Amino acid sequence: MTKLLEWVFGVSVIGAAWALVTFDLLNLRLPVAYKEVAWPMPVYLLVVFGCYSLATVGYRVATFNDCEEASKELQDQIKEAKEDLRKKGLKM
Amino acid sequence: MASRKGSHQSRGNGDKYSVLLPTYNERENLPLIVWLLVKYFGESGYNYEIIVIDDGSPDGTLEVAEQLQKIYGEDKILLRPRAKKLGLGTAYIHGIKHATGNYVFIMDADLSHHVSGSPREGGYDLVSGTRYRGDGGVYGWDLRRKLISRGANYVTQVLLRPGASDLTGSFRLYKKEVLESLVERCVSKGYVFQMEMIVRARQGNYTVGEVPISFVDRVYGESKLGGNEIVSFLKGLLTLFATT
Repeated sequence: MTKLLEWVFGVSVIGAAWALVTFDLLNLRLPVAYKEVAWPMPVYLLVVFGCYSLATVGYRVATFNDCEEASKELQDQIKEAKEDLRKKGLKM
Repeated sequence: MASRKGSHQSRGNGDKYSVLLPTYNERENLPLIVWLLVKYFGESGYNYEIIVIDDGSPDGTLEVAEQLQKIYGEDKILLRPRAKKLGLGTAYIHGIKHATGNYVFIMDADLSHHVSGSPREGGYDLVSGTRYRGDGGVYGWDLRRKLISRGANYVTQVLLRPGASDLTGSFRLYKKEVLESLVERCVSKGYVFQMEMIVRARQGNYTVGEVPISFVDRVYGESKLGGNEIVSFLKGLLTLFATT
């Protein structure tokens, strides 16, 4: 199954469960409290997901490593390499 | 130059590493990356070869590669050029045909990758360099670039759940037969191709390991991350989402 199909399937299942509870599709006569909680769930979950996403990406950007030593090391190696290659006869 | 103890012993376990270097206009960088590879492999004692796949670079990259071949030997530097720019996937296919190693290293010829740890431990089918874990990271990136990178990676993780933290990197070590099998199955271009390789590797139940790498911004040459790039990335991501 492709990822797209997985999502479509997952959303359908959750959507069906939500509709079932909110609109009482099977006449289960659930307590009113269930319906009141279920009804705003989709919007609520989207908002929670949105906040989680922002927080996660923000955290990851803030903790993105800056490799100072790697850059310095590379610069040194480049100098060493150019010197060595020139000795070995490379014409750049 | 003082030689390290053990640098002239070759590891007798029979492993050989073929490094595939697809190049296009890397006249300045190619000698440096070759020198670095010769240094690292020489010090480690592993058996290796470097295969330069130049796509008809107009800046004379092939000519520099020929000089390097004279310096380091034709058994260590192999030249397998092509007439014109034909793309990364076919460059790998072309390179594998001439690779005599049982492990294949893929990397950019532009010196942007710098690895501290050893990618060889763990016996994985595929080891991928990651900028996002361990002491992997970047140098010379402004906030905008970091934000785009992390944002795009987050969307990728949510949509594809690939099991690897960094999909767009191109510093990888593959077992040769794994690379052969994956390249055949992948149809995308550019770095979406790199993403597809990892997604298909997971699908094929290959083991994927990670090693932190430092991505140092292009020392020579221009970097490419404009609006076009972002759009084509999203298109590629959605294609993978719908087809894998």
